[in-house]
Amino acid sequence: MEWKRHDLFDLQDLSRAEIELILETAKSFKEVSTRDVKKVPALRGKTVVMLFFEPSTRTRISFELAAKRLSADTLNISASASSLSKGESVLDTARNIEAMNVDMIVVRHKSAGVPKILADHLSSSIINAGDGCRAHPTQALLDMFTIREKLGRIEGLKVGIIGDILHSRVARSNIVGLTKMGAQVTVCGPSTLIPIGIEQMGARKTYCVDDVVAESDVLIFLRLQRERQEEQFLPSIREYAQVFGVGPERLKKAKKNVVIMHPGPTNRGVELTAEVADDPRSVILDQVTNGVAVRMAVLYLLAGAQR
Amino acid sequence: MSLLIKNAVIVNADGEKKASQDILIKGSTIEKIGKDLSADGVKVVDASGKKVLPGFIDLHCHLREPGQEHKETIETGCRAAVKGGFTSLFCMPNTRPPIDNGMIVEGVIKEARRVGLANVYPVGAISKGQNSQEMVDMYEMKAAGCLALSDDGKAVNNSQLMLLALRYADMVGLLLMEHCQDPLISGKGVMNEGLTASVLGMRGDPGVSETVIVGRDIELANYVQARIHLSHISLKRSCELIRFAKSQGVRVTAEACPHHFTLTDEAVKGFDPNTKVNPPLRTADDVEAIKAALADGTLDCVSTDHAPHTLEDKEEGFDHAPFGISGFETAFGLCVTHLVRTKVLTLAGLVDKMCQSPARIAGLKNKGRIEEGADADLVIVDTEAEWEVRKEDFVSKGKNSPFFGWKLHGLVEKTICGGKVVFER
Repeated sequence: MEWKRHDLFDLQDLSRAEIELILETAKSFKEVSTRDVKKVPALRGKTVVMLFFEPSTRTRISFELAAKRLSADTLNISASASSLSKGESVLDTARNIEAMNVDMIVVRHKSAGVPKILADHLSSSIINAGDGCRAHPTQALLDMFTIREKLGRIEGLKVGIIGDILHSRVARSNIVGLTKMGAQVTVCGPSTLIPIGIEQMGARKTYCVDDVVAESDVLIFLRLQRERQEEQFLPSIREYAQVFGVGPERLKKAKKNVVIMHPGPTNRGVELTAEVADDPRSVILDQVTNGVAVRMAVLYLLAGAQR
Repeated sequence: MSLLIKNAVIVNADGEKKASQDILIKGSTIEKIGKDLSADGVKVVDASGKKVLPGFIDLHCHLREPGQEHKETIETGCRAAVKGGFTSLFCMPNTRPPIDNGMIVEGVIKEARRVGLANVYPVGAISKGQNSQEMVDMYEMKAAGCLALSDDGKAVNNSQLMLLALRYADMVGLLLMEHCQDPLISGKGVMNEGLTASVLGMRGDPGVSETVIVGRDIELANYVQARIHLSHISLKRSCELIRFAKSQGVRVTAEACPHHFTLTDEAVKGFDPNTKVNPPLRTADDVEAIKAALADGTLDCVSTDHAPHTLEDKEEGFDHAPFGISGFETAFGLCVTHLVRTKVLTLAGLVDKMCQSPARIAGLKNKGRIEEGADADLVIVDTEAEWEVRKEDFVSKGKNSPFFGWKLHGLVEKTICGGKVVFER
């Protein structure tokens, strides 16, 4: 199929075939990162800007490496070290960057919808690297890539997402992406941290972590996003860890070949213990490795599309 | 250990049996009910001429332990309770320190077991320190033995916390109870705001302090689709709100206390500090409305809000006296005299309010009814006997009752809890 998209906001817009194409493209790019010379000339002469209004380690570095391995020129802008701290608006900052003739802008912002607003006003390719609690499409894509790599398929799998669903853009993007690819998603967390209407969003809901651990082929753990929790959603971290945290005892009930995932950063001892994070079935670092390949695929496909 | 009650006229919530029956208790369970039962070597209790009711269940009382043992202890409180016919007690968490963690819950249960007179179910706090800031560890409270939580003594004044707590408690399987009184509206009020308070020159607590919380909690419970139990309702307007909510299918239950359907704020005119209570005594209109709401089911049950204080505490003058009435030992007499004999409720209707409904609300499966297989919590009463309420007869440490000198009908003769006679006159 031919790729036509110029921007990537979320997985809602993408067809199953488009997701398949990204995952297939990523497969071939994964090999590039294992070479001695980790570079292909696909994006030579293009400029990719990482515009991050929120702190990030993994995602920003992953995008930057992806762009560099495609031979693009890259530029990093973080909120604290830019004119934003002098009161310039998000859109003005982006317009000024674009005026220097950049091609692609990878943006992360704490408010849902900012990537869309930028795309409405700019002609560069806009890639959402996380907007508020709404979407984190490349994370969901790399999760799907990793699941397929480990289990050979997504169709028909049971995926459990455990933790703070309410504040998680990773959960939302994964629910959209995984259900589109034929998986059955169950979310599990305290009633105060599960968004209203989650069933209509395509996921099942349970408060029983033992059930979800026992029945799932894939377990995705999420941390408590305490920086987004101004309200008292939980009695205490201690009770959360006791009731919803997964340690070696709980993991015994899991399927033998269960795939353990986490988008990071992990809070060991809260949502999962060190034993679980370091279990042989944990693919947390594979997710990071695959992130570069998936983002190379996304940059490559978007750069090839005409607006 | 066995017990045989002969010639019992059994009254359950669904009615009074015409003929007398025998009740055979084995251990802590009612084994058999029937005609002419006999068993070897059992203790026999003759209930001829008396009625046998399920043990009363009080969803709202204060046992003051830990921390205020000069006012009451679990032991003295239980002694007063069983004298009043109560076999199951839900004691409120505004102790010192408050019952806001599993260890204190376990401590109260352990002491109640040692005392061995009544079933004590500690009601945990909703918020840590009862400060309306952070929820307690609800799973821990439940594991320790809590069935319900309340910040009693005051309302949860943080509405957002109440919303989240309802959502969380619904998941955990705990019932939230609310003391309906907005502290910012009540302010320093010492009695019902109204004509009597104005005449007496006392600071009034506007009734709207109750109804705004009743209304808020109904809305929160409806939104979250969770249960809420509203404690010691005192106003006509509250009853109207609850009646409407129930007609809409909101999962709300509510209770009233004897002093709110027997006394009005006029009782304060003698400056008796034992008429100072929270929520305050209201108007005659409210008293009639509470009775009507009990009759039509708007109010599900009767609780005591037994709130013992020492005489010294109450001797500081009306303004400075603590709120509360010692209620265990007068509740049944007040109910028989002012609800049953006045035909507001039948005796079976009263059994519903004091036994079956509280059991249903609290989720006590084997209590609140006399039937084979149920827990052997029973009370043998004389509904006709007339008696006078006297301070010297009170066994509670709290002698703070506004009912001394009142003549009441309805006397508890014997109380049996867990198959054991725990009180006899």
